[in-house]
Amino acid sequence: MTGLVAEVLSGSRRAVARLLTLIENDRPGAADALAALYPHTGRAWIIGVTGAPGTGKSTLVSALAAAYRARGQQVGIIAVDPTSPFTGGAILGDRIRMRDLSGDSGVFIRSMATRGSLGGLARSARDAARVLDAAGFDVVMIETVGAGQNEVDIVRAAYTTLVVEAPGMGDEVQAIKAGILEIADLLILNKADRPGAAQTLRALRTMLELGHPTRSAGAVGHHGAGALRSGSDSAPIDGEMWLPPIVQTVASEGTGIDEVMTVIAQHRVFLSAAGRRARLEGGQIALEVRDRLREALLTRLLRQVSSESIDSMVERIQARQIDPGRAVESLLATVDL
Amino acid sequence: MSLDHNIRVLIAKPGLDGHDRGAKVIARALRDAGMEVIYTGLRQTPEMIAEAALQEDVDVVGLSILSGAHLALVPRIREVMNANELSDIPLIVGGIIPDEDKAALQAMGVAGIFGPGTHTDAIAAHIRALVESKQDGA
Repeated sequence: MTGLVAEVLSGSRRAVARLLTLIENDRPGAADALAALYPHTGRAWIIGVTGAPGTGKSTLVSALAAAYRARGQQVGIIAVDPTSPFTGGAILGDRIRMRDLSGDSGVFIRSMATRGSLGGLARSARDAARVLDAAGFDVVMIETVGAGQNEVDIVRAAYTTLVVEAPGMGDEVQAIKAGILEIADLLILNKADRPGAAQTLRALRTMLELGHPTRSAGAVGHHGAGALRSGSDSAPIDGEMWLPPIVQTVASEGTGIDEVMTVIAQHRVFLSAAGRRARLEGGQIALEVRDRLREALLTRLLRQVSSESIDSMVERIQARQIDPGRAVESLLATVDL
Repeated sequence: MSLDHNIRVLIAKPGLDGHDRGAKVIARALRDAGMEVIYTGLRQTPEMIAEAALQEDVDVVGLSILSGAHLALVPRIREVMNANELSDIPLIVGGIIPDEDKAALQAMGVAGIFGPGTHTDAIAAHIRALVESKQDGA
């Protein structure tokens, strides 16, 4: 395993790919490799890209990756697609929209299936980003599954979160209630050449101007006061507040990509000041540790409860001899806490 | 036998023909068989296929070829994959492959040939067997 770690650190693409597989499958050695790589992480800028299906996330990621490549940056991409809850299989098709990036050894694309995890990310997407970070990629983009209103895990992994919208994807009311808009550091109205773009833009602006909660700097899952958008010609900052701007793009033609790059750079500068990035990352790590602890404890405790005892309890519940609440209490009594 | 990982398959369409219905049907069938299928779209060059296979660390690469160019494409793809240290990843081929070409493809190391009308279950079972034998041999 130390060999694999050394190869990853030297930037071997084959080693990166193999380690990602070990991590995804929770194979022996994965945890050791991650521990060895962790001191080498924290250098890449992690960008999250989320939004409803069909808004053009993959095309946007592809265009942004090309723009970073033109600036000499190495780009890692993690593209997440949903696992079928019925079969456990998945079709991972994000590479279709990224074919312009092929043949460039400065780009590494990995498709991941959610494998049952909710929240729009694969469970191991965060660790996968760390591997790419340690392998020397300057920018790591994580594209979530086509997300709706609740798949907001990306803010726990990314420094800059882009939320992609497209004309006709939802009416004004949708825009106002959609939780996903609250996590945007940058709102992108993609396919801005399509009919209905003006209305969608108005709806998004109205939403921001209604004082919709926006994420305050450095606070994960904590919402500051409402903010008005600023013009895209000045930095979208008001004192201590980051005001998520709206940028219109036609990603398939490269229109608006430079402006997106500029805003991401501004956001990076904003976060780098006044300890904001440290606060953001601290909050993300705290949530991750709690999540992992919860999962580990759950696994350990559940192992103490035999499936036979659960089955027999199910029968008793169904026979109305005991209610589900009491049943769980009595099962818990057998667990060594 | 149980696998220590989810099977990942790259389904690629090399060459210039523009029909990917068959490839999509296979992709969907393999997903329904519980596999993770990376689908890359039409007109993939051998280099693109090898690159995707490497980055995605797939267990098997499935090629859909309807153009009749299989005897030219398959050895080239195998060659580029081997040059990228991917000689351990089996290639399987689906599409319109005349019987007289099958032996030649097998001689190139093709680990499965599936013509029109093959039941998709048979393809999934074949892939599973390939991956299991590789794991046991490893």
